[in-house]
Amino acid sequence: MTAASAVSSRRWKKPALIKSAWLRWALAICAVIYFVSVLQTTPVNWTRVWEGLPRGAAFLAAFFPPDFVSRWDEIAEGIAESLWMTVVSTVVGIALSIPIGVGAAKNIAPAPVYYFCRAVLAVSRSFQEIILAIFFVKLFGFGPFAGFVTLSFATIGFYGKLLAEDIEDMDGSQAEAVRASGASWLQWINYGVQPQVMPRMIGLGLYRFDINFRESAVIGIVGGGGIGATLNTAFDRYEFDSAAAIIIVIIAIVMLCEYGSGYLRRWVQ
Amino acid sequence: MMAFPPQARTWQRRGSRTQLMIWAAWLVGVALFVGCFQLISDKTIWAFVWDAPQQAGDLAVRMVPPDWLYIRTLGRPIWDTINIATIGTAGAVALAIPVAYCAARNTTPSVSVVRPIALFIIVSSRSINALIWALMLVTIIGPGVIAGIIAIAMRSIGFCAKLLYEAIEEIDTGQVDAVRATGASGAQVTAYGIVPQVLPAFAGISVFRWDINIRESTVLGLVGAGGIGLELNAAITQLYWTQVSLILLVIVGTVIVSEWVSAKIRHAII
Repeated sequence: MTAASAVSSRRWKKPALIKSAWLRWALAICAVIYFVSVLQTTPVNWTRVWEGLPRGAAFLAAFFPPDFVSRWDEIAEGIAESLWMTVVSTVVGIALSIPIGVGAAKNIAPAPVYYFCRAVLAVSRSFQEIILAIFFVKLFGFGPFAGFVTLSFATIGFYGKLLAEDIEDMDGSQAEAVRASGASWLQWINYGVQPQVMPRMIGLGLYRFDINFRESAVIGIVGGGGIGATLNTAFDRYEFDSAAAIIIVIIAIVMLCEYGSGYLRRWVQ
Repeated sequence: MMAFPPQARTWQRRGSRTQLMIWAAWLVGVALFVGCFQLISDKTIWAFVWDAPQQAGDLAVRMVPPDWLYIRTLGRPIWDTINIATIGTAGAVALAIPVAYCAARNTTPSVSVVRPIALFIIVSSRSINALIWALMLVTIIGPGVIAGIIAIAMRSIGFCAKLLYEAIEEIDTGQVDAVRATGASGAQVTAYGIVPQVLPAFAGISVFRWDINIRESTVLGLVGAGGIGLELNAAITQLYWTQVSLILLVIVGTVIVSEWVSAKIRHAII
């Protein structure tokens, strides 16, 4: 206590997030060096940016008012196409990701299966949807089929990984109890594992539906069909008022999906 | 109940009513799926789909071996890509803090006016893909890294702000009350009662988003917003498939490294 009273004149300080002062300073210095080197190596044409600002204002002005009317048929068709793609690819993607996710769970899959499934997940997750879409458009031709394959493949990476992690985190004793009752492997998965991961997985499935719709809005830019194609055409024709209408429709549908899926998730859980 | 001899009934997981509802839901779901697939297949030229394996084989032959020497020109684009992701994330995080503060139910200055605006910002930022932001920004401020940085920042605000405001809403109010009871001002309550509680979550969110942004920034070049996507686009349009495969390998490598870094940092924080 004497030591404590000796230092009582010192002001109390908030404990820092990173406890070691040495690490804190080292990180700060690294950050400064990094920022300086970025500034040194990034050629920013400030005059171009400055010139761009009035152009940007004109550009933004061209967005208003949004024109829903003159291209409405194309917009409706694009949105409908995006929605079909989203539905089909979410279903197919999740259906395919279940075996892969089960195979990628360390606690239930044998080692060779585990490594194979993890590799599939890693490949699917490393590439952005757009890069996948470029290749699938090359393989399957323009149109919604390429978009559907892209989104399904991307869904596998997302959903399979989360499913595998969820299975790895499950309560082993419940699964053990089912196995002790003499269940076959399938029964074991069905009654011991599945009920534990199901509620979270339904929520994630709905979340993935959201993501797929959002992504379907851009894979059209590289030829994957859907509203993205319509949006890209609107940009190419400098019809920014139609583009604004498309963006507003996308935002509205995403909001609707988000509220809908939030509501469904609460209802499921 | 007693009318049935007990041994005639077998155990069932659900009552017949729920069973029926689940069956109906499956019926609707399957019908929807089949209908949607039908619509897609109407728009598909199946001949192209059937020869896809052949095309894939053809492409694979042309992509191997990767043009290893091409790596010498890729250093710069990769550096740009990492910068787009990092600076973009930093900008987004800085902008997300006030938005999250306004969106959290327990800190917002006004539930009826400010909170809906903040939520609208979050949703619109989240629903417009980085590529669409980049498409617009390239027209406004010209092609280059800066358009990519802003695109990534605009896209990430919503994500960071959403996770952050949820973290703020889940804080322990006891600590906030304790700080307030000492006579602290509003700013002091925020600094000593709220910030320390959300700081770890905040750091985790930033690193997590950085990891996602590395992946997103690899494609921004396709619309002219700098980074390795520019090289990818050039290689694909010129049909230099050996360069394309090297770029893809580099992208996978970068993504794996960034994922590893982000996982390490998040483990250290939590």
